[in-house]
Amino acid sequence: MRMIHARPVLVLLFVPCLVLLSWLNVPSFVYSATPEEIGLKIATEARARDDGFGNFTAREVMVLRNKQGQESRRQLRVKVLEVAGDGDKSLTVFDEPRDVKGTALLTHAHKKEADDQWLYLPALKRVKRISSSNKSGSFMGSEFSYEDLSPPEVEKFTYRYLRDEPCGDLTCTVTERFPVDKKSSGYSRQVVWQDKDELRTWKVEYYDRKDEHLKTLTIGKYKQYLDKYWRAGEMNMVNHLTGKSTDLTWTDYQFLTKLKARDFSKTGLKRAR
Amino acid sequence: MLVMTAGAQYLTVSDDLRIMLSKDNPQLIAFDVLEATYSASNTVLIAIAPRKGSVFSRETLGAIEELTEASWQAPYSSRVDSLTNYNHSRALGDELIVEPLVENARSLSDADLARVEEIALNATELAGRLVSHDGRVSGLAINFVMPEVRDQAVFEVTDYLNAVLNEARASHSDIAYYLTGNVVLNRTLADAVEYDMGVLVPIVFFVIVIGATLLLRSVLGTLAIVFVILFALNTTLGFAGWLGLVLSPTITVMPVVVMVIAIATSVHVITIALANMRRDPDRNAAIAGSLRTNAWPVFLTSVTTAIGFLSLNASDSPPYRELGNLVAFGVLCVLFYSMTLLPAMLSILPLRTRRVRSKGSPLFERFGDFVVARSTFLLWFVALLVVALVTGIPRNEVSDNWTKLFDERYEFRRATDFVIQNLTGVNSLEFSLQAGREGGITDPEYLRHVDSFAEWLRRQPEVTHVQAFPGIMKRLNKNMHGDDPAFYRLPDDPDLAAQYLLLYELSVPFGSDLNDRIDIAKSATRMTVTVTGVSARGLREFDKRAQDWLRANTPDLATEASGMTMIFAYLTQRNIESMLRGTITGMALISFVLIGVFKSLRMGLISLVPNFVPAAMAFGLWGYVVGRVGLAGSIVTVVAFGIIVDDTIYFLSEYLKARREGYAAPEAVRETFRTVGPALCTTTAVLSTGFLVFAFSGYEGSQVLGLMVTITIVFALLADFLLLPPLLMAIDRRKL
Repeated sequence: MRMIHARPVLVLLFVPCLVLLSWLNVPSFVYSATPEEIGLKIATEARARDDGFGNFTAREVMVLRNKQGQESRRQLRVKVLEVAGDGDKSLTVFDEPRDVKGTALLTHAHKKEADDQWLYLPALKRVKRISSSNKSGSFMGSEFSYEDLSPPEVEKFTYRYLRDEPCGDLTCTVTERFPVDKKSSGYSRQVVWQDKDELRTWKVEYYDRKDEHLKTLTIGKYKQYLDKYWRAGEMNMVNHLTGKSTDLTWTDYQFLTKLKARDFSKTGLKRAR
Repeated sequence: MLVMTAGAQYLTVSDDLRIMLSKDNPQLIAFDVLEATYSASNTVLIAIAPRKGSVFSRETLGAIEELTEASWQAPYSSRVDSLTNYNHSRALGDELIVEPLVENARSLSDADLARVEEIALNATELAGRLVSHDGRVSGLAINFVMPEVRDQAVFEVTDYLNAVLNEARASHSDIAYYLTGNVVLNRTLADAVEYDMGVLVPIVFFVIVIGATLLLRSVLGTLAIVFVILFALNTTLGFAGWLGLVLSPTITVMPVVVMVIAIATSVHVITIALANMRRDPDRNAAIAGSLRTNAWPVFLTSVTTAIGFLSLNASDSPPYRELGNLVAFGVLCVLFYSMTLLPAMLSILPLRTRRVRSKGSPLFERFGDFVVARSTFLLWFVALLVVALVTGIPRNEVSDNWTKLFDERYEFRRATDFVIQNLTGVNSLEFSLQAGREGGITDPEYLRHVDSFAEWLRRQPEVTHVQAFPGIMKRLNKNMHGDDPAFYRLPDDPDLAAQYLLLYELSVPFGSDLNDRIDIAKSATRMTVTVTGVSARGLREFDKRAQDWLRANTPDLATEASGMTMIFAYLTQRNIESMLRGTITGMALISFVLIGVFKSLRMGLISLVPNFVPAAMAFGLWGYVVGRVGLAGSIVTVVAFGIIVDDTIYFLSEYLKARREGYAAPEAVRETFRTVGPALCTTTAVLSTGFLVFAFSGYEGSQVLGLMVTITIVFALLADFLLLPPLLMAIDRRKL
C-alpha cells in the first residue's frame, strides 16, 4: 500500500531531473529510452555523421607480432566508395609481402545480406569470387579479421547502451553490440567505447562465442578531414588468448578523389594497381 | 611446531605435468618456442564411435555437429577441429567455395552422405586423425589456451566436457564417446593423487601404526609415536609452505617416508625405554637411559637418511629435488621430536611394563647358527643369486609413456587405449620447418622438400598421420583448376602459391585459420606427426631417423622434433642420468660417514655391499618381470637407500660391539642375530607392508615406487642376514 503513495513523489522528483538533464550538453538520446534504443541511436547517429564523405583512399601498414616477439609487416592500400542506401564498396590492394603484390580484394558491403567479395590474383590474371559469407577469419595472418576492419553496418547488430565513463580527456558511451547473423560472426558480442562529442570509436572489446574476452582493439590519432569526417591514424589489436598482437597504421588519407563506381566492379578490380 | 605448521596455509598443489620439468630442459625450451610461434597445444581428443556401422550416418554426423558446437563453448577452447567443421574447399566456376564439410547433418540425403564419406576418407588432413580409415570412428580435436596457473582450468575444462559427453551419451545411446588428450591426462593425475593421498596414505598410516603396536606391545607407546609422526609431518608441511613451494604429485611419497622413519626411530627409543623401566623403577631415569643409548645411532641413521634424500637434488626434475629436501627436513624433525617430544610423552603417559619373554628369540639364535654353519655356501649361493638378478638390469627399458601412467581402472586409460586401437596415435612429434626467409613457405622448393619429408614420414610404420602444410597448397591448386585431380600437386609459381594462400585465408572462418600452422612471417610451417605403438626409446630413435633423413635429403629443413611427447621421451633418461650421479654421490658420502663412525675403512667398504646390492637386485628382478622403468624408478634407489642404510648401521654396530667385546667373527654374528635380528625383521615387515600399500595405486608413479621400494627393503634384509654375515666371516678374520 505504501508504494502507491510513494509513486507520485518519485515521479515528481524524476521529471525535474529529466528537465535538468536536457539542459546539459549531452546528446538527447542518452535518457530517452531503453538501453537497446539508446544503443541503436548512438550507432545510427555515428553512422549518419559519416554520411556524405563520397570516397577516400588511404595506406595501411600492419605489423604482426607473436608471443615470441617475432614481427612481420604487411602493406596495403584501400579505396572506399560510399554507396547511397547500401554498404560501402571498397578495394584493397596488397603491396607487401612482395609475393602477393598487386593482389586486390573487392568488397561490396551490404546493409542486411552477406557482403560480396572477389579477389584478383595477378599471378593467375583471374578474378576469383570468395564464396564464404564469413568474414570472421584472420586477415592476412593478423589479429584483425575482415569483420573487424570493415565499418560496421548499423543493421547487422542489435545494441545495448551500458553506461557513460571517462575515456582519456573525453567522456565515452559504452555500448554493447550483438551480431544479428550469429553464424557469420566470430563473436558473441562487442563492447564499444565512443566519445560523446564526435562519436569516434576509441576502444572495442571482442567476446568470443563462449563470451570470453578474446581481443581488445584500441584506436587513436584521430584526424578530421573535410572539417567533418574523422579517421583514425592508429589501431592496435591484442589477442588475449594467444598473446599475439597487430599494429595497424593508417596514412595518406585522401578525400574527394576521382574514384568512380566502375572502379569498384569486377572489371575495375583487374585494373586496380 | 605451531609456528611452522602455520606455514602450511601457503602450500599450493599443482598437477601440471610441466612442473616436472626444469627450466633449462632443452626439449621444454624448444617446445615453448614452438608454442609461442604457432599456438599453445593443450589438447583434448574425443573419439566418437557408433556401436554399429560407419560414422557417415545422419545420426552420428549430427551428433558430431552438436559436439563441435558444444566444444566451442568449452572454457579456454581456442580451436575445434572435427569431421563436420572441416573446411572443404571446391571450385564452382570462378568461385572458390570453402565451407564446412557437414552442415545440418540430419537433412542430408543418402547421396550427400556418400559424398561426405568419399571426401573425408580421401582428405589427408582427416583420414587417420579425425576419421579412421575404415570410417567407423571419428575424432574431434579441441585445442585450449590455458592461463599460467593451469590446475583450475584443467578442472573446469574436464568437468565441462564430461558433462557434455554424458548428455551426448544420454541422447545418442547408439554412440560411444571416449575422452583423452593431455588436458584429460592432467586431470586424471590430479584424481589419482587425490586417491593416493586421501585413501592410500591413511591406509599406510594405519598399517604401520598397527604394526608398531604389535611390535611394542604397548598402545600408549604407539600413541607417542603417532604424536611424533603428526608433529614431524606438520612441521615439514609448514616449512614447505613458508618456503612457498608448489607441491606436485610426487610429494605423496613424503608423508610415507617421514612416517616410516618416525616409526623406525621411535620404536628403538621406546623399546629400550620400556626395557629399562622393567629394571629401573624411576621412569625418568629409564627414559634418560634410553636416550643415552639411542641418541648416537638415531642421530647417525637420521643424518645418513637425510644425506640420501638430499642427493635427490641431483635430479633434473624440480619436484624430486623438493621431495628430497622436504624428506631430509622431515627426517631431522623426526630426530628432534624423538629426542624431545617422545621422551616427554613417555614420561607423562601411564605406560605399563609387561614381563616379556627372555631377551632374544630362539628362532633367531637357530637362524644365526645356520648362517654361521653354512657361511661359505651362503656366500656363493647369494652371490650367484645377486649376479643372476643383476644381469636383469639391462632388460629394463627406460621409458615414460603417458598413455600407460594409469591402469585400466581409470577411464582415461581405457579411452586412450580405444583411440590408439581404433582411430589414431596419441603421441605426436612437432616439427617447425624453416623456409629461411620471410614469405618463403610458398617457395616451390620449400614446398617440395616439406612434402617429400611428409611422404617419407607417411611410409614409416609407426606413423598414423602427418599434418603438413603442402597438403593445403595441393588442394588449392586443384580447386583453382576446376577441381581437376591432375592438378592435385604443388604450384610451381611462388607468387601464385602465395596468392592462393591469401585467397584461402580470406575464405576460412574464425577458429579455422592457419595461424597455428604457419608463423606470422610466413617463414616456417609446423608439421605434426602422429605416431603409435612406440616406446620412449623408439620415439628417440624415430626422431633421430627423421633428423638423419632431413640432413641427408633436405639439409635446410634439418631440425629436431619437439612437443610434449618428445619431452617425455627424454625426461626419464635425463633424470636417470642425473639421479645416477646423485645416488653415487649420496652413497659415497654415506660410506665416508660410516667409515668415520665404525673407525674402519674395511667396515665402511663392506657396508657398501648390503647398501648397494639390494637396489641392484630389485632393478634386476624388475627387469625380468616388468622390464620398463619410468621416472619413479629413478628415485627408488634413493628412497630405499635411506631406509636400508639404517638396517646396515644397526647390524654392523651391533656386530662391531660384539667383536670389541672379544668375540670372533662367527660368534659376533650369532650375537648380532640374537640382539638385532628380531627388530630388523619386524621393522622391515612393517615398512615393506607400508610401501606395499602403494602397489594398489592406479597411478604408475606410486605403484612402481611402492613395489620397488618394498622389494628393495626385503632384499636388504636378505642381504643383511644372508650375505653380510658370511662376508664378514670371510673378510674380517683379524683378531681384535
